[in-house]
Amino acid sequence: MRYLEDIAHKKTIIHKLHPVIKLVTTFIYLTVIVSFDKYEIIGLFPLILFPVIMTAAAEIPVFPLIKRLIYIEPLIIGIGILNPLFDNKIISICGLSVSSGWIVFISIVLKSSLTVTSAIILMATTGIDKIALSLRSLKIPKIFVLQILLTYRYISVLIEEAGRTMKAYSIRSFDNKGIQKKAWGSLLGGLVIRTYDRAQRIYEAMCIRGFNGEYNTGGRFKLSLPDILFLIFWTLFFIVSRLINLPLLLGLLITGA
Amino acid sequence: MSHHITEGINLHYSYPNGFKAVNGISFRIYHGESVGIIGANGAGKSTLLMLLMGILFPDEGEIRIGETKVTKKTLPMIRQRLGMVFQDPDDQLFMTTVYDDVAFGPHNFKLDETEVKKRVMQSLEKTGIVHLKERAPFKLSAGEKRSTAIATVLSMNPDILILDEPASFLDPKSRRRLLNLLKSFDHTKIITSHDLDMISELCDRTIILKEGTVISDGNTKDLITDKKLMDECGLELPLSLQKCPVCSKKYKL
Repeated sequence: MRYLEDIAHKKTIIHKLHPVIKLVTTFIYLTVIVSFDKYEIIGLFPLILFPVIMTAAAEIPVFPLIKRLIYIEPLIIGIGILNPLFDNKIISICGLSVSSGWIVFISIVLKSSLTVTSAIILMATTGIDKIALSLRSLKIPKIFVLQILLTYRYISVLIEEAGRTMKAYSIRSFDNKGIQKKAWGSLLGGLVIRTYDRAQRIYEAMCIRGFNGEYNTGGRFKLSLPDILFLIFWTLFFIVSRLINLPLLLGLLITGA
Repeated sequence: MSHHITEGINLHYSYPNGFKAVNGISFRIYHGESVGIIGANGAGKSTLLMLLMGILFPDEGEIRIGETKVTKKTLPMIRQRLGMVFQDPDDQLFMTTVYDDVAFGPHNFKLDETEVKKRVMQSLEKTGIVHLKERAPFKLSAGEKRSTAIATVLSMNPDILILDEPASFLDPKSRRRLLNLLKSFDHTKIITSHDLDMISELCDRTIILKEGTVISDGNTKDLITDKKLMDECGLELPLSLQKCPVCSKKYKL
């Protein structure tokens, strides 16, 4: 997560875009993706362009991006894997008989991967503070924005504490075969208490410096022409991709059918 | 200058588990004074600082900053006047860049962006870390983190600086830089530490705590050179006053 925060300070054209524009564009993108029919796969292909172009233009390293996507894949697969079992309708694709459950499964994996990737790209090009600022300027109540922000802050605290605990455990355990069953309870208990204490100290540090529930990052951004063009271009592209099956159209044009 | 007096009157505080951390502490610190608060572990130093900052509230007694009593209602005003540097800078630095972290306090005071920028740059210059302003705080060295933590407090223009173990985690060179930096401030300073050499360099006055009470309050040099007193309070003479382990001669202060 800190890596994403780190690359959020780059100065590429994408990083310089207005954070609200990036947030709104990503939101439209997510809405368009989830609005596709559950059997749709080919129609989603043009939408792969958005993360690809954003990644290239924002100079986001591809490998760390894929690594983060892989972390979430087991969850996505877990959600989608029951479809092939329950949806047994057979459909024919190019003469091949396929269970429609598999189509749904692939569609879920594709949709989830695209949405997660676009969210990671938003984080890596904007940063959590500016996203929070954008949400506030879109009149999202401060309690929700604050919850997102503090959850984000404290997740890294939890991860750091877990890292320290694991380090302490591993240097005193002689068989490196994971954590012993009897140690789980005290490790987890200790981790929760220490994380809570540390979160408390961070909260106190924030209060001491005048924090009163309103997150003031002070950033003020002005809309510029590139921002508006970025929003218009991508919104049009998403809508066209949603209404017209571009790969099919392209195929028809090439084959002349 | 009564508005710059920091006063604790008969303070008592017990933690929820029943441990009496502060047991009748009273003190009065005047404008521009540098006061060291020393004592063994569990003597009540950190609890006292938390009471001063209004993180905890005393069960009995009161704290006054100038004419103002520290209460929940007066906290926003009190916290503009007191700046606290935590023992562990990682607890204090939570933003994504050094600049944002130093600007966090001024932003909360709703200052305009030009004023925020001015204060941030001044604080970074004072602590000598302008070159770090775009860096992520978690990637800094311990010395740099400490300087950043001090800058986050300076940007709020406090009258009184409170430092909890400021020299912990620092190598000798970074410690020396910190000492020189703290010496250059003309704020009222309240410093807790086990580093008695640092206390003797920075503070003219020292308060010694033991089991939540004030054992002694007076001139630093007189107190920390009193071997019997130091022993009683679970402390040792400063290294600079101990004998050289090789030639058994005393170091000079």
